[in-house]
Formats: sequence, structure tokens, C-alpha cells
Amino acid sequence: MSTRLASGGRHLDRSRSVDFSFNGKRLRGFQGDTLASALLANGQMLVGRSFKYHRPRGILASGAEEPNALVNMGKSGQFEPNQQATTQQLFDGLYATSQNHWPSLEFDIGVLNNYVSKFLPSGFYYKTFMAPRAAWKHVFEPIVRQSAGLGKAPKDRDDDFYEHFHVHTDVLIIGGGIAGLAAARQAAAAGAQVMLVEQTAHWGGRAVVDGAEIDGMPAADWVKNTVEDLENAENVHLRTRAMGAGVFDHGYALVYERLTDHAPEPGLPRHRLWRVRAKQIVTATGAIERPLSFAGNDLPGVMLAGAVRDYVANWAVSPGDRTVVVTNNDDAYRTALALKQAGLEVPAVIDARTHAQSPVIDAVREAGIRIEFGRAVAKVKGRARVEGVGLATQAGEGAVLEEISCDAVAMSGGWSPVVHLWSHCGGKLIWDEAQAHFRPDPDLPPLGADGAGFVRTAGSASGALSTADVLADADGQGRAAAMAAGHKKRKKAGPRAETEIAAPMEPVWIMPQGAGPNLRQKMWLDYQNDVKVSDVQLAAHEGYESVEHTKRYTTLGMATDQGKLCNINGLAVLSDALNAGIPQVGTTTFRPPYTPISFGAIAGEARAETFQPLRRTAMHDWHEKNGAYWEPVGHWRRPFCYQRDGESIEQAVLREVNNTRQSLGLLDASTLGKILVKGPDAGRFLDMMYTNMMSTLKPGRCRYGLMCSENGFLSDDGVVARIDDDTFLCHTTSGGADRIHAHMEEWLQTEWWDWKVWTVNLTEQYAQVAVVGPKAREVLELIGGMDVSAEALPFMTWKDGRIGDFNARVYRISFSGELSFEIAVDAHRGQAFWDALLEAGAEFGVMPYGTEALHIMRAEKGFIMIGDESDGTVIPQDLGLHWAISKKKADFLGKRAQERAHMTDPDRWQLVGLETLDGSVLPDGAYAVGEGENANGQRNVQGRVTSTYHSPTLGKGIAMGLVRHGPERMGEVLDFPGTDGQSNKARIVSPVFYDPEGEKQNV
Amino acid sequence: MGYSAFKVFWQGLTGNKGWQPAWREPDPRPQYDIIIIGGGGHGLATAYYLAKEFGVRNVAVVEKGWLGSGNIGRNTTIIRANYLLPGNQPFYELSLKLWENLEQDFNYNAMVSQRSILNLIHSDPQRDAFARRANAMRLSGADSELLGPDEIRALCPFLDFDNARFPIQGALRQKRGGTVRHDAVAWGYARGADMHGVDIIQNCEVTGIDITDGVCTGVQTTRGPIRAKKVAMCAAGSSGRVAALADMRLPIESHVLQAFVTEGLKPTLPGVITFGAGHFYVSQSDKGGLVFGGDIDGYNTYAQRGNLPVVEDVCEGGMAIMPMIGRARLLRGWGGVMDMSMDGSPFIDKTGTQGLYVNAGWCYGGFKATPASGYCYAHLLAKDQPHEVATQFRLDRFRRGAPIDEKGVGAQPNLH
Repeated sequence: MSTRLASGGRHLDRSRSVDFSFNGKRLRGFQGDTLASALLANGQMLVGRSFKYHRPRGILASGAEEPNALVNMGKSGQFEPNQQATTQQLFDGLYATSQNHWPSLEFDIGVLNNYVSKFLPSGFYYKTFMAPRAAWKHVFEPIVRQSAGLGKAPKDRDDDFYEHFHVHTDVLIIGGGIAGLAAARQAAAAGAQVMLVEQTAHWGGRAVVDGAEIDGMPAADWVKNTVEDLENAENVHLRTRAMGAGVFDHGYALVYERLTDHAPEPGLPRHRLWRVRAKQIVTATGAIERPLSFAGNDLPGVMLAGAVRDYVANWAVSPGDRTVVVTNNDDAYRTALALKQAGLEVPAVIDARTHAQSPVIDAVREAGIRIEFGRAVAKVKGRARVEGVGLATQAGEGAVLEEISCDAVAMSGGWSPVVHLWSHCGGKLIWDEAQAHFRPDPDLPPLGADGAGFVRTAGSASGALSTADVLADADGQGRAAAMAAGHKKRKKAGPRAETEIAAPMEPVWIMPQGAGPNLRQKMWLDYQNDVKVSDVQLAAHEGYESVEHTKRYTTLGMATDQGKLCNINGLAVLSDALNAGIPQVGTTTFRPPYTPISFGAIAGEARAETFQPLRRTAMHDWHEKNGAYWEPVGHWRRPFCYQRDGESIEQAVLREVNNTRQSLGLLDASTLGKILVKGPDAGRFLDMMYTNMMSTLKPGRCRYGLMCSENGFLSDDGVVARIDDDTFLCHTTSGGADRIHAHMEEWLQTEWWDWKVWTVNLTEQYAQVAVVGPKAREVLELIGGMDVSAEALPFMTWKDGRIGDFNARVYRISFSGELSFEIAVDAHRGQAFWDALLEAGAEFGVMPYGTEALHIMRAEKGFIMIGDESDGTVIPQDLGLHWAISKKKADFLGKRAQERAHMTDPDRWQLVGLETLDGSVLPDGAYAVGEGENANGQRNVQGRVTSTYHSPTLGKGIAMGLVRHGPERMGEVLDFPGTDGQSNKARIVSPVFYDPEGEKQNV
Repeated sequence: MGYSAFKVFWQGLTGNKGWQPAWREPDPRPQYDIIIIGGGGHGLATAYYLAKEFGVRNVAVVEKGWLGSGNIGRNTTIIRANYLLPGNQPFYELSLKLWENLEQDFNYNAMVSQRSILNLIHSDPQRDAFARRANAMRLSGADSELLGPDEIRALCPFLDFDNARFPIQGALRQKRGGTVRHDAVAWGYARGADMHGVDIIQNCEVTGIDITDGVCTGVQTTRGPIRAKKVAMCAAGSSGRVAALADMRLPIESHVLQAFVTEGLKPTLPGVITFGAGHFYVSQSDKGGLVFGGDIDGYNTYAQRGNLPVVEDVCEGGMAIMPMIGRARLLRGWGGVMDMSMDGSPFIDKTGTQGLYVNAGWCYGGFKATPASGYCYAHLLAKDQPHEVATQFRLDRFRRGAPIDEKGVGAQPNLH
């Protein structure tokens, strides 16, 4: 059983004990523990269940590659599934529970899958669950879904918050081991701005645990000195708990900093996402140890040899009293020594190599540890934990020569460089036969915009495995990165270390070599997803031969660790099954992020109300205080109506329409787009943009205009006012202002770049109020100022002047059919102007009205609304707007398109008014059905409703719609079934329901 | 070899030794009736239906990489028939009907999961537009319904109802919408086509299209020339490059679309949810990961990887609509190349060259269309007449002024 050693532990502060709970058990660790080390120290070997077979699982690794030890953390708004115990630092009150089991971790009913696993090989679900058809949906799928997944999904709103930092740097170095430090040191010496990030809380990486000597001192001292130097350098920025998560095009990198996961504190952000623009990126990301594939290699107590060493050295945790080491390389011998030095038993080192000679092997032998060359683990004995291993000949089929009792196994299958970040943006790999791993091909790096590589690798990430090689490589890469970023100050002497003499490793993909089917289906490749050697072999046999097919068919490498441990082993098994070389089979593609990062961190501060910025008019707060029922319009919110106490929305809208028609209403029209178009060619330009002729408009006058896309479809409308000879102010729809401004600029910049025209979006410079109703003129006269009489300011004109205390521009335009003045004042005076209108209008019973009243009044008047009558498939001719399409102009956007065959088809649906027979309101979006059926056996259609309202003015339902040959079919009755299938009869009428002669607005 | 529960059981008892390869690995023959360029979902479906429904079995599918390596293997697996325009909706309804019987048809469990799709509504005009869409769907024979906020709250209590920038006012639901295990679709069609005699030739890139006197006679490949009576282009993200081999320029642009998945979670989502006020849609796979995506990156590229701004944009949408998702973790993101057409709708058509056909322009909606695309393309190839639900997917529709523009944004491929 695992336990805490009496002394040691580099990271521990034994004076500070930390209380935490796991599955309700109250446990104690030390400051400096990870959750994994604390669990092991408490003898908790069993920490989770696997995905498919619900096998008991323990801690396998000591870092970000851990596939088994995933736990639920926290409660309610802090609940987090699938947290790796190996990367979670311990804090007081930490609350963790294991996942994917029922009813308990120790007794999990799901383990039944394990006993019938021979019926559940890779891909079995593609071959069954098909009959009867309904059973999949109602029986099988719910069961599959319930048993899949790992942690529970969070239910509550995330309590924490997150932030984004942006930084530019010359050189970003990812990984704070000795390679990263050596590279940073040299890059900084050259004068480059350096950012160095390390995913754990500690600098120095493996070298410190492995006890190397650098520059004549222990690695730990060299690390300490180097970090101090770097901290003191002004051009170096160091971050721990910050993982390089992804490398994107053009030197854009993502760094994920876990600020308070190790010490939660309300008021501080949980994670910070660094978005780094670096001229050069150095990945000093080290290497990951590979497991060995022997039967029972997933039992709790089987761990990676390097991880065992970490737990002993860093956290003073013994994985067991008797640990068998099994390896194909020299590195695991260090684990044997570390265990022995900690006073623990190492019954044997089982080395698959038939022979090897090196100083570290000699040291193990001298320590009195038995070494068995050419041997293998035939299988691990035990049900839920290691009880012993069967020794066999590696070259054989697995006959057990001897049983060695032990309670832990430390395995090492060799080391693979961490190439993820190199690969994210297209860096290529080469297969290193000697080390049996893929390493970055320095000749094929990810390329930047200039065609030169912008990512380098340093240290073990390059494939270097001895301390001396690691340092030399990193030192050179640090220098090269700085030079590539344009910094050339004098080079420092590089750090020096002895080259360790190691015997060559020997690739071992299956242990023992000749293991039969029974053993192969107990050899785990992907621990979390329960993919075994036999599964990969089956996939290859069934024709899923591409490495991507195998991955997808077996789910190899698709678990939360994304194959960090299993990819190479799985690939080797596949290539063996296909009788092809590993490099020919190739790898799957590494994708960001390196390890999973929180959704919250990526979203940053954009959530809830701050998801997108809210645009507010000058009167926004007044609306809010006065009962506005909001409607989102683009990035604005506009009052749909203003609700009074006890009033329904419908009642409020009714009141607003009636009051405006009968007396006086105010509309906050500030959101309408206002684009100033200026220059000698402005008129010519607008003649192209609008279907109407705008160049002939006289200064002081207004004209309603239509804009079409080059494909002829109506895209926006609004009133254009000519300010002077070369200045126009174009009103657009509220939602359309930015789009139309961009549309104008696109044409100006790409097509008519030599025209002298300038445009600017003035929308937010003005507060604009529509003063509407029979009393509109009276209220303005009451306030006093400019002459707003019909003679001085006739319909469709505008004038600058004073209204009361306000500089104002007054437009005599109407979208309601009533006498109407749209008055623009400086935005900062908008609220005061609104107040002045309310005060002066009080005697007329003035009321503000919202967008729904606006819509109803325009529909009563038969005015179209962009987005209702138009949807990107409608041309102005469909809407009877021929009068607004110039016939004199040689060209305008959409003109030629509108002459195409489909556009001039007489069968196009055309605008009409619709009136129900009983005065009810037609349902929105209803289609008019016609004779016959379509290919799907449904009624044919001949038209549709585009807008429909209850008209308070007329006291009945009114609607507009597009109907085939509509204008020729006045009086005809059509049927418009709603989404409920109910029939709704309506008669085709003129779309102008109110004041067709315009007597109300033109007074 | 037929797949069934009994087979799985029997093979389990006998050590899983008797499984046969899902498809053969044939060498290309010198000549075929029809060569399909592109072993993705649409190409394999086309081959399957040609052989099974239209009796054309002398067919080869040539694929430059591994079968299913294009967008069929890198999408967000959503199926739905909630289109608006008459040129589109009946086609997608046919597709949904084919999905519904697919597994029994090709004897492969693609895990068609009809757990519904919800399009959330945030404004009054949006509700009107979705009411219209709901009607258009029903008129094509599809199911649709409009839900109110209370019904959505009961289905999805985790959505942000209380403090949202865009409060939820309702949703359009299609109960028959859902998800499918995407790789299994490619594999199922490949196996089915193979069983009907189609040669699926992987690692065989087309390097030339042979045209003599306006007639297409075959293709040049990295595994030698192959002659054919008809050549059917079906290369999705590579469509532009393949068409260029025939000196054709298609009305498409190539853009990258990213998709993402979280770590595996126990079931939480009732189906597909789309959030149109941001750019975010999400579903949960049978394996438990939340699969989500958003808009295309917006620049022209053939690289199957995207960039950070869109990752953020998508996650912001996720946090805005599902604030509990903040503590779920992004496991992996990937990119696929989309053949974005000028109006957001596809092409299944003849070309100006006799014997050369095109299937392209699926934008980012190609996955759900896979069965109908294959079926209708097979119809066109076998009969030289478009299928009745695919009559409008013509190459010349822009010249005629008859684009099928669902979004109504015009000739801006990066906005569809």
C-alpha cells in the first residue's frame, strides 16, 4: 500500500498540514502536495473507474499526462468534473469525489462490462443495437449515454470569473525545466524580451528529481540561481502554473494560467488566458514516459517509473513497500535507486533487453537489486491492486517462470518528446529509430507569414535525453530564437553538464513478444478509454488501417489525455499488425489545447450582460425607469413598448398607437443609422448605391431611398437628406447602420477608389426624437424657436435651427402617416431635449411609444419594413416600389441583376394587403396554400404573410403579404393555415389601410 | 458479412477471430462506368445508392487519403431539416427520412440520435421569422413546433434565463433533428457500397481529368490512369482544386470552419441547441463530450486548422447561453475546409463537359445532407435527370437570378 515516507519531499512543507476530503473521507496532507500525492500518502490507491469496462484504476503518472485519476472537484457553482488529481494542488478544504461509478467507487455495478468485455471489443456498437429500429432510441441509446461520459456535467452557473491578458514578446519559451531555463537565459542575454511559462508550480522539471549536476552544482541549485537571475532581468517575464496551450498561425500562442485553482479565493479570477504574440516560440516541453504493454498493466499500483521517482523525491510518497521495476531502457534504473535510497524494497528490475551495460545499471547492481535481463512481466497478479508479477521470457509467449510478490510496479517503455505545440501549426516529425520516438524535424518547422519557421524546440522536446545534450540544445535554441527575433548581444557561456552514459534502449511494444490473445486483451494502451492491444489488432484486421481509422474505430487517444501516453504504443501495435513501418503508418494530428482548458477561461469576461457590448441611446436610462419592455435590435435595446402598472404589453401598445394617432407621441429614433457622405462625387456615388436618383435632390430636401445588393435584392431603406452641394446624410435602418456603412466603404475602396467621396457613421453623434401626431407642430411651437409651419418647413424637407435651447436639425418626414418631425440634437443633450418635449407635451397628453407601435403605424400606412417585407430574396419590384427605382440612371447596384430571367418572372410573389374576414389577426409567418400538392404530399403555396398586427386605429387585424399575382387578385380570399394547422381566411386588399391620400402627414 | 447482436455474441464466444474486413482494398481496374472523385460521406453515399438503388455497380470511388478523411470526419454531426426556402427544404426533408432508415438499410449502426434540435429565439422579429420557417418546414412534410420560454426552461434548465444579454423568448424545435456518429456514416456507406461491388480505392489522388472534344473520358491518378464513362466530382473542401483539373472555376470559396469538443460528461443536453444571437451551437455525443462550433474563420484557406479569435467567439457564445459550461473544459478543436458557395446552397449538376458532373458547395451544412446528396447525385448520374427535390441546385442559377439564399445576405460566402 502506498504511504508517506518519514522524511524528504522537496515540495512539502511538513509544518503546514492541509485537510481535504475524498468521497466523504476526511484526509490530511501537507502544503505542497498535489491531490494525487496526498491520496497516495493516505493509502488511497484506487481513485477512479475506467470509461468502458469500469475497471478499478489508480494513479499512473505525476503530471498532465495522467489518464486515470480524474475527480469531481467542489460543489454547486464551483463544481468541476474531470479534474486531474496529478495537476491539482492541495488546499485546505479541498472537496473531491471520484466519478463514473455506481453505487460506489469500491463497488461499481458497471464493472459487469469488464466481465463481458469479450463481447464488447472495439467498435462492437457499430454492429449491433440496430433491431428493432425503435429500440435504439428508447432502450439502447439511453443506456449507452448513461454509461458513457466521465464526470457529471456542471448544473449551476459558474461562480468564478476569468480574465484575458494580451502580450507581445520577442521570444516565448514554453516549459520551465532546465531546457526552458537555459534557453531563456541565453535569449535574454541576447537582449530579447522573453516570456517563460511553466505549467507546474515549480521550476526545474525532471532534472532536479533525477539528480543531475550542472555547472558543478546540483541541478536544484543551478535552477534556483538561474531563476533568480531571470527574475532580476528586466527583459524576462516568468509565469508558473501557466501552460502553453496552443500555437496558432503567425506566432500567436495561448497560455493558460491557473491563478487560484491551488488556493481558491473569492474576488480573484480563477484562470487567466494569455494571448501572446511572439516573434519566436521555443517549446521546451520535455518528454513523456511511455507505459509498457503487459497484461494487467492498468491495475492500481502499476505506475510510470518516472512518476514513482517523482512521488518519492518531490512528495515523499512510497507507492508500495515492494516495487518491481520493469523497463526497456536505463532511465527506470534511477527509479530503482530512488526507491532503495528511500529505504524501500525493489525485489527486481525486469529488463526486456537481453543485455545492457552502463553506470546506472552497475549502481543498481551494487545496491544489491536483482536484475533480470531478457525478461518480461507475463502478467500482473491481483484484482483491484497489485499483488505480484509473473516473470517470463520477453522473447516467449508468457509462460510464468517465477512469481514475484510486490505491491507496486514501476514501468518504463522509453520517452517520447512532447511535440504537440510544434505540431499544432504544421511542424513535421521524424521517426527516431534509436529512441523509438517521433521528434520534431528541425527542417520542417511551422512557418510564419514570412515563410520562415517561428517555432523551435529545446531539450528533451527535441529528442535530447542526456543532461548535457539537453542543455546544449536549449542554449543554442535560445540564442537562435533571440537572433531570429532581431537581438544579437554577446552570447553567455552555456551551462555544462556531464554526459550520462546510457545503454541503448530497445523498443518493446508487447510484453512478452509472443503473448497470445488472452494476454493481449489484458494489455491496456489507452487506459481511460479502455483500448487494448487486441482492440487495435482487431481494427487493423477489419480494414480500419489508416491510423485515423484505428483511432476513431477504437477511440485510442481520444480520451481526456488525448493519447499522451498511448499514441506511440498504439501506433506500434498497428504498424506491426499491418506489417508496415511506424513512420509509414504515421501519426494522428495533434490539436490544441495541449491539455483541456476551461471554457470560462476562453470566454473571459464575455458572459451574461457583458457577453456583447450594449449600445445605449442618450435616453436609454429614462426608458428603463419608465417601464420599457426591451427588444434587442442589433447591439441596441429599444423599448418595444412602455408598460404602465397593471397593463399588459398588448394594452400598452394599443394605448401608444391611439395616443399618437389622436394627439402626440414621442419615439426615440436615435438608433437609426446616420451616415454622412461627402465629397464632389457624393451624388454620383449615391446614385450607384440607391435605386433612386439622389444627385438631383436639392439641398434642404429629403428623399426616401432603397438600397439593393448587386444581386438585386432589397437590403436597406431610409431617408436621404441633402445637406449641401457635396454633402448628404443617409438614414439607414437601426440594425443596418454598420453593415451599410461597410457596404459603402467596400464599393468605394474596391471599385470606385478614385471617386472623391468620404463616408462617416454619425449614428451615435445625435440623439434623434420623432415628434409624431396631430399635436406635433403645436408642441414645437410651444417650446419655441424655428418656424415649423407647413410653409417654412414643408413635408420632405429639413432645416437647421433652434428648438427652445437646443441646436437642432429638424426633418419633416413620417414613418407613421401622421404629422411628424424627426429632430436630431447633439447626443449629450438628448435627455434634456426629451425632457423638454415631455414637459411641453404634457398638456397634449404626450406619451412615448415603442417599436411595436412604430411597426403597427407603418403597417397601417402600408410602409414596408426591412426584415419583414424583405428577407434577402425580395426585390423592390416585388413590393410595388417601382416608383423608387430610377429609369433614367444608366446603372445602380442591382440594376442588371433585376433584369435577369428569374427576377422578371411574372409569377414572383408581390406585395398586397390582407384582411381577415372576421377581423382577427393573421398568424405571423403563415403561408397561403393553393391548389394541388407538392412532392412531399403537402399543399402547394401561393403566398405568405410578411407582417401582421392588430390595428387599434381600424379596430381589426391587418396584414401585409407577398402573393403570386397578388395585385391582380384584389378581393380574392386565401387560406393561411398557422403553425397549429388552423385555417385562417383573409381577403387580398390594398396594403395602404390608413389615410391613402396622405392628408394626415402632409399638413 | 452481416452485423447483428448475434454475430457480436458469437464472435465474442469464439475470440473475435472471425470478423471480416469491412471493405476490400482493391487495385483500380482500367475502366469503370462511373468514377467518383472523393471518398468522403457524399462520395461514398453516392456510390452506395448508385449500386443499391440504381443498379450501377461498376463504380469506383477514388480517395486521395483515407476514406472519410474530409468533412465527414470533422463536423459537428448534426442532422436536421429546418430550412426555409422551397429549393432547399424538401431536399433536407428527404435527407432526414433517409437518415431515419439508414442503419437498417446499410446494416451498420451509425447511432442516428433524433433527440431534437432547438433554435433559440431572442426577439420578436426572430419569432416571426421562425414561425414562417416552421410553416415552411411543415409544408415540406417535416415536423416543427414553436416553444415558449417555460417549455424551454423545463427542457434545458441550465440555459441563462435570468441575466442574459439576449433573453430567451422561445425556440423553434424539430424533434426529428439530432446527431449521428459521423465516422460511422462514412464506414457504413463504404462497407455497404463495397458489398454491392463498388471499388473503394484509398490513397489514390486524382491528378488530371481527361477531356477529349468536350467529353470526359476518365481520370489520371497517382495509381495510374482510369477510364470511365462518367466522372463525378465530389470533393467538398477540395472541390475548387478538382474542378480546376477540368479547367472549371466553381462559384465557391474555400474557408475553414472549426469545431470543438469538451471532455466526456454524463448526459446533460437534451439534443442540439443553437444560439443565434451569438455564434454557438452544441450537442452531446453518445460518448459524453459536448460537441460545439460557430462561424467560419472568415478567410480563404485550404489549411485544416483554424485560429484563436473564432475559438473565443464560440466559447463566449457558450458562456452567454449556458453559464454552467464555464467549468467544463475544451478538450480539442479542429478545422475542416468548407466549399462555401455564393448563396449558401449546394450544386448537384451536370457541367459543360459531357460525362463530367459536380457535387459541391455544401458550405458548412454538408453532413446532414449526406444521404440525400448521395441519393440525388446517384439519380443524376444514373438517369441524367435531377431528382425532383434537387432541381434547383444548378450551376447556372446565379446567371438566372435564382440563388437559394437562406440567410438573405447575398454573394458573400464568408457570411453564409
